[in-house]
Amino acid sequence: MGSPMKLRARADGDVVEVKILMAHVMETGQRKNPAGEPIPAHFIQTVTVTYGPRTVLSAQWGPAVSANPFLSFKFKGGEKGGTIRVNWVDNKGDTRTDATIIL
Amino acid sequence: MQPSFFDGLRPRIAAACAGALLAAVALTATGDDNHAIDEIAKYREMLKDGNPAELMEMRGEELWTTPRGPRAASLEQCDLGLGPGVLPGAYAHLPRWFEDTSKVQDAESRLVTCMTVLQGLSVEEATRNWTKPNSDIEALVTFVATKSQGAAIDAPALHPREAEFAAVGAELFFRRAGPLDFSCATCHSQDQRRIRLQDLPNFLDPKSAQSSMITWPAYRVSQSAVWTMERRLIDCIRQMRAPDADYLSDAVIALEVYLQKQAAGGVMQAPGIKR
Amino acid sequence: MSRRSRITVAAFLALVATGACAADPTVIERTEEIVGRSFSSATADERKTRLDQDEVQALCSMHHNQPPEAAALRILELSRSSLRYPPEGRLMGDWKEGEKLASVGTGGHIGKIQPDRPGVRRGGNCYACHVLAPKEIAAGNLGPSLAGYGKQRGTSPESVRLTYEKIFNAQAFYPCSHMPRFGSNAWLTPQEVADAVAFLLDAASPVNK
Repeated sequence: MGSPMKLRARADGDVVEVKILMAHVMETGQRKNPAGEPIPAHFIQTVTVTYGPRTVLSAQWGPAVSANPFLSFKFKGGEKGGTIRVNWVDNKGDTRTDATIIL
Repeated sequence: MQPSFFDGLRPRIAAACAGALLAAVALTATGDDNHAIDEIAKYREMLKDGNPAELMEMRGEELWTTPRGPRAASLEQCDLGLGPGVLPGAYAHLPRWFEDTSKVQDAESRLVTCMTVLQGLSVEEATRNWTKPNSDIEALVTFVATKSQGAAIDAPALHPREAEFAAVGAELFFRRAGPLDFSCATCHSQDQRRIRLQDLPNFLDPKSAQSSMITWPAYRVSQSAVWTMERRLIDCIRQMRAPDADYLSDAVIALEVYLQKQAAGGVMQAPGIKR
Repeated sequence: MSRRSRITVAAFLALVATGACAADPTVIERTEEIVGRSFSSATADERKTRLDQDEVQALCSMHHNQPPEAAALRILELSRSSLRYPPEGRLMGDWKEGEKLASVGTGGHIGKIQPDRPGVRRGGNCYACHVLAPKEIAAGNLGPSLAGYGKQRGTSPESVRLTYEKIFNAQAFYPCSHMPRFGSNAWLTPQEVADAVAFLLDAASPVNK
């Protein structure tokens, strides 16, 4: 199970701005350790953000995204007090889901 | 990027970072240094919202409040100088003299004292993997420093032992040694200097010293880790071609006392975010 | 106020402003004691070559790089007497080799945390601090720009010798210069210093384009 994410969601009218900070090594598979052996790739492949039953963002990621990635986006139709749920799955099958209330 | 004396040599940089560096290069090419600095400031502004140090801060808070070690105690009674468990502003007043240990201690050495005394951990356990990303000490220092956001650096070194450390720190700052004759002053005693394109604070100038010290500990994008002040200083010492300075050693703490004194009055913004 | 005393007052104020007074001997003693016990993993040889100071280093440290006259003269004397030249006496080598040296910043990192890989090249890393070839934009500014150095100075024997000696040991000219004493400290060989001279002075070098 992955480490907790830091989530923030704030409503301005019916537009909700979501900010997500994920803890992940995001190894590219291209790097070598000091002994010269390749470090196996380990990165987040899918990110899904839902608001109630509705998927408001779905992303497919590759190894080019930095370690501990930050993601920020806006969507229309959210309300204060609603719940935002964020899930990621990485290439080793590890996954993490966290939730936050829209402020 | 060209390797330099001072590079961490970890060839991974966030995509956004590479973009900002390219922008900096392009602007420097026009000969306009100020624009390059503005662009880097904009990049930092952009990242501030998503500073991965916040992840470390969350982990640090958990480590602070969770009972651990043979004594199954949390760190909530840890005295960082302002009384047991008092966190707001504590980092900004460190390093300082502590009666109970008869030592001048910084945030890191004091946290280790709390982990050994309150929780019964060994020093080895308390400092495990301190040079690697995600160590416990890194998380705890980040958490503690964050609680000083908005507090002014105020470590005037008035106690005789603190004053002695400040004087020793000043000598260490200018102390040249090794095959390249380096001291801290080689790179950090003039205004607006750079190694390659990396800006260097001038610690003889209070404003410049403040702008540096208020942002440590800091998340280093090139290292994917928060670096504490000790980690930063020990790496500078390594780059000066010296042997590894001991973690929590008096030489490192004396330098910190001197630098905090130079930076007096700076308002803490840590954790910062850096290359 | 006489002219002389005005100069003295100005000099005194300058000293106060830059904090250029020599350090208290007891503080230096305490500093050395703390250095002595803050590097417990260093070997005896590493202590000698990496932590202990030679006379020039100690003088510059003590005076915070602003040596009074007597110390400055002593530094000049020690530095001049440490100048050495390549065996064949050619002070201007290959500018292409010099150009390579100018970009290499590795070498000499020790310890367990992040030492250099074995066999890594040791360079002069001139670009860390100086503008050299104008086409290289990622140049530092701790030292003065050296773009067009050879165009201004030419390749007369005097110019070549002066350039060689400044790189070999800058403190033979500027006591307590921040620049490493590349030759005297045996960081670069006399031949490598000669290559760096060629990079600066040779008309074909990108420094002079």
